[in-house]
Parts: sequence; C-alpha cells; structure tokens
Amino acid sequence: MSDQASTIPAPRTEASPSDNAALLELSSVEVAYGGIVALKGIDLEVRQGEIVALLGANGAGKTTTLRTVSGLLKPRSGEVRYAGEALTGIPAHKIVQLGIGHSPEGRRIFSRMTVLENLQMGAYRFKSVSQKDLDQVFELFPRLQERRTQLGGNLSGGEQQMLAIGRAMMGQPALLLLDEPSMGLAPLIVAQIFEIIERINALGTTILLVEQNAAQALKLAHRGYVLETGEVVMSAPAGELLNDPRIREAYLGETAE
Amino acid sequence: MYFTQHFWELLFQGIRLGSLYALIAIGYTMVYGVLQLINFAHSEVFMSGALGGVFMLTALAGTNGNIPSGFSAFEYTALALIAGAVVSAAVAFSLERVAYRPLRKRHAPKLVYLITAIGASIFLYNLAGKLFGRNNLQVPESFHSGPVFVLPGSGPSGPRTVKTLDVLIIATAFVMMIVLDLVINRTKLGSGIRAVAQDAETAQLMGVDVGKVISRTFIIGGLLAGVGGVLYAMFHAVSYTMGFIPGIKAFTAAVLGGIGNVRGAMLGGLLLGIVESFSQGIIPNGLEWVDVVSFVVLVVVLLIRPTGILGERTGRAA
Ligand SMILES: Nc1ncnc2c1ncn2[C@@H]1O[C@H](COP(=O)(O)OP(=O)(O)OP(=O)(O)O)[C@@H](O)[C@H]1O
Ligand SMILES: [Mg+2]
Repeated sequence: MSDQASTIPAPRTEASPSDNAALLELSSVEVAYGGIVALKGIDLEVRQGEIVALLGANGAGKTTTLRTVSGLLKPRSGEVRYAGEALTGIPAHKIVQLGIGHSPEGRRIFSRMTVLENLQMGAYRFKSVSQKDLDQVFELFPRLQERRTQLGGNLSGGEQQMLAIGRAMMGQPALLLLDEPSMGLAPLIVAQIFEIIERINALGTTILLVEQNAAQALKLAHRGYVLETGEVVMSAPAGELLNDPRIREAYLGETAE
Repeated sequence: MYFTQHFWELLFQGIRLGSLYALIAIGYTMVYGVLQLINFAHSEVFMSGALGGVFMLTALAGTNGNIPSGFSAFEYTALALIAGAVVSAAVAFSLERVAYRPLRKRHAPKLVYLITAIGASIFLYNLAGKLFGRNNLQVPESFHSGPVFVLPGSGPSGPRTVKTLDVLIIATAFVMMIVLDLVINRTKLGSGIRAVAQDAETAQLMGVDVGKVISRTFIIGGLLAGVGGVLYAMFHAVSYTMGFIPGIKAFTAAVLGGIGNVRGAMLGGLLLGIVESFSQGIIPNGLEWVDVVSFVVLVVVLLIRPTGILGERTGRAA
C-alpha cells in the first residue's frame, strides 16, 4: 500500500460500492397475484456493499419485489440472480441459506416467543446459535438485551422493528432486505434505526431498503429506484434523486415551483 | 354419598381416561397449529395404532389365552406399544403426504381441507373394516394385571385396587407428554414447529422448511395417538370404528384446552376425563349422561373463554 493512498482520502464517488460487482440482479421480473400483475418486468441491481433504496407509493410493488427476491413469490417471467446464480425454483427456506436476510413488512415478530427465542430463530439455518452474532445484535440494539426474556408480542413497535432487523442479522446475511423499517415509528426512533442500518452496512452487509420515508432513505442510500404501479420509473444515485424536482414533489411533499 | 365415598376411585379413573384423551388430543392440536386444520382422520390414526398393537400382541403371544409373565410380559407390552406408535406414525405421515400436501401446494381453501379430512377418515375406517373384518378383535393380554396398591375409600364392591395396567397407562402417557413438552420447548425441531404455528411464512424466512415441519408434526401426533391406541385397546373393544368416540372426545379436549396449544391439549384431556368420571359418580345412571355432561362443560368453558383454557390466539385469520 502506498503512502499516498493512506494520506489522501479518496473522494466518495471513486470509493463508491456502486462500482462493485452486482450481488443481486433482477431482469424483466414479472410477478402476478392471480390475474393482478404487480410487477411489470422490472430491472434492478444491488451491488456488493451498497445501500439501495426502493421507493414508491402504496401499492407500487415494493413489498412484492422483496418477497420475490426471498422466494416467497415466484416470478411469472424474468430472472432473479444472486451472486451470479439464478434463484429460479429455489424455495424460500433455501434462499436464506444463500445469505439473503429479510426483515418483512409489518415486522412479523413471533409474538409468543421471547426476544431471545426470536433471535435464535434468526439463526435457525445454522447448527447452533453463534454467541458472537448475538453479542453483535445486542451491541447494535442494547434495548433488545434488556428485554431478552420478554415475549415478542409485548414489545413496543420500535422494539419490534429492532428485533426484526436483529433477527435477520442472526442469519449472517450478505444481503439484507428491509421492508419499511420506519413504518409507524416516532421520528426519534426512525433516526436511531436509520443510523443502525448505516452501521450494519459499514460492517459489510449489502442492503436493499424499501421505504416510504424517501428523504431519509435517500440520505442513507448510495442509489435509489422509484417504482410506480409495478414499473421502475427512475433509477439514479441517491443524491441525484434527492435533488430531482419530480421526486421532491411526489415523495418529499414539496410543491413544484 | 356415592361420590364422596368413591372420590379417589373416580378421580383415578378420570385421570386414566383423561391421559389417553390427552395423548390423542395432542395430535389434533399440533396439526391445527401448523396447518389450521382439524384433522378428522386423526381418530383413524389412533385406530390404526390400536390395531397395529393388537396384531403385534397376537403374533407374539398367540390367542391361546396364556398370559406371558416376567420378561416376556414386559417385552411383549413394549413391542406392542412400539408397533402401535410406528403404525400410527406411518398412517399419519402418509395421510399428510397423500391428502393434505397436494392441497397445501395448490393453496386450497380451508373448507377443502376439512372435507378432505372427513373423506380420509371415512376411507380409512372402511379400509380397516374391509381388511380386518367388522367384528371386535380379540386382544390377548400381554401381562397379568395384578394389584399394585389400594385407593382410599370403599364402596359396595369393596375398595378399588390400582392395577398394573392402570399404572402402565398413566405412567406411559405422562412420560410421553413430558418428553413431548421438552421436544417442543427445548429442541430445534420444537422451535421450528412453534415458529410455523405462529407464522409459517416468516418461519420460511428464517430457513425453516415448512413442509418438513408439517410432516414431522403429523409423525409426532401419530406416535402419541398410536401409543394411546394400544393402551386403550388393553381395556376397550377394538374394531374398525373404535376411533370415533375417543377421537371426538380428544378433539373436544383439544378445544377445551385451547386448540393449537400443546399443554392445553394435555390439560383439556385430563380435565375431560375427570369430568366424565365424576359425572358418572354424581349423576344417577351417570353412564348415560357422560357425553351430555362433557359437551355441556365444553360449551360453558367456551362461553367464558372462547379461546379455551390456555388458548391465547384470538382473532387469528383462518
Ligand atoms: N396477496 C395479494 N393478493 C392480491 N394482490 C396483492 C397481494 N399483495 C399485493 N397485491 C397487490 O400488488 C400490488 C403491489 O403490492 P405491494 O404490497 O408490493 O405494494 P407496496 O409497494 O409494498 O405498497 P405499500 O407501500 O402499501 O406496502 C398492489 O396493487 C396490491 O394490491
Ligand atoms: Mg409494502
């Protein structure tokens, strides 16, 4: 390593994980619920080390996209590739084994299990629960350690969200799918959770983040996609999207000038 | 008064009957947990186990009326119980594979499951009737059921002695329930079962193979029902329709305890057994009223606690 490299900080654009190889690729993915087409052939890419924000109004198809990646839904056509391998036909419980963690919409905590049991469920894919991972989750979310013997169903919304993320982390995902982690939470908790998402990413986990909270998601993300009724209508580096007047109007609650 | 005089005897009899109800009820409740299905064919799973045990005993001890003693008695009894458990587990496993899994793959509505369950029940008991005849089967005794101890209180027929068979039934049932409770709460298979029961889709996101968990749940329910069937066969008539009444009772017990809750099924089974036994002691001509009383108890409990005694699941979507 040269002296220069360590003394002169590289500008963000050059060191950006957006230049890395793709970890997740969706090409022309079409998903339908019975007759209702929810995804009309979308292309999307998440590169190694990135945080990618997936934005869009209610019903745009964000959750459908994540559920398709984790195998809960099967695409009608198109292909999902992860680490260069097609996920076609692989059942959800085996996709987890490949290193894709999913913190689902609505948190979906096992309400009659304790916090600790929920975290152990997150490590179900391993022979035994790693104490190191558990310590890491408790370090990220000290609140969960305090509540570890409490039933999941008795946690506050914010705590449940922390548990949902912590549980997904227990599976040591290389790619973490987060579906609206800020939903229904107070601004202070949202800020906390977003900060932790950034830390998780800094620790080496690639993140695909679904959010309605566009401003905050874009501040965190490297790149973003905008979905509208099952189609990608925009994709750009996060900074560009933040400054795009159409985005500012539609998702950041500003009126056009 | 008859009831007070015979309190211990009635209580004991209730526990004996109730522990069998509990063994069967666990299968109903666990399958309901993972599939939200009332497996009406579970009564036939129980019946198959009883038949399996009886055939094993007949093969070992013959029908010449000689009662084995010493190690043979122990060996034959154990082999009969194992045969019953294996046969029931095999029937339960196949039932899931053949009847329910295809429905799950096609996301069939719950009503279709229910009709399938009833159909499977009718199919299985008629098949058994066809294969093994419609008369009661002779059950060889695998051991001499001698007195173990005498219960307090005495009646016209003298004090009730607790016999080896009684001890066998209650001890076996309780050991199986304790082991099951440990499996559910302490093992990985148990956490998989609980996760699927609470939220099958999220369980998949954790890496749980839901199909495998459902299959194993049927096997566990079968093992318990099979052992229950063999024990039941040791003091009841055995025939192709023998599953019906105990099946309905065990289902009642599962609902009483809170359907989906394993400890609830155990509690509900014991409670129902005791209620039935007591009502025989309290009501003149009690035997004729037993079924009326148990269902009155069920209705009253459900009026007070719609989710059953230990049921906590309220308003869960079907
Ligand atoms: N189970 C389902 N059956 C039928 N249609 C569905 C189902 N789930 C979603 N849809 C439809 O698919 C479309 C996309 O839904 P999806 O949940 O992916 O949207 P979303 O972007 O996550 O919305 P939200 O922000 O409200 O969570 C919607 O039109 C929705 O009505
Ligand atoms: Mg959604």
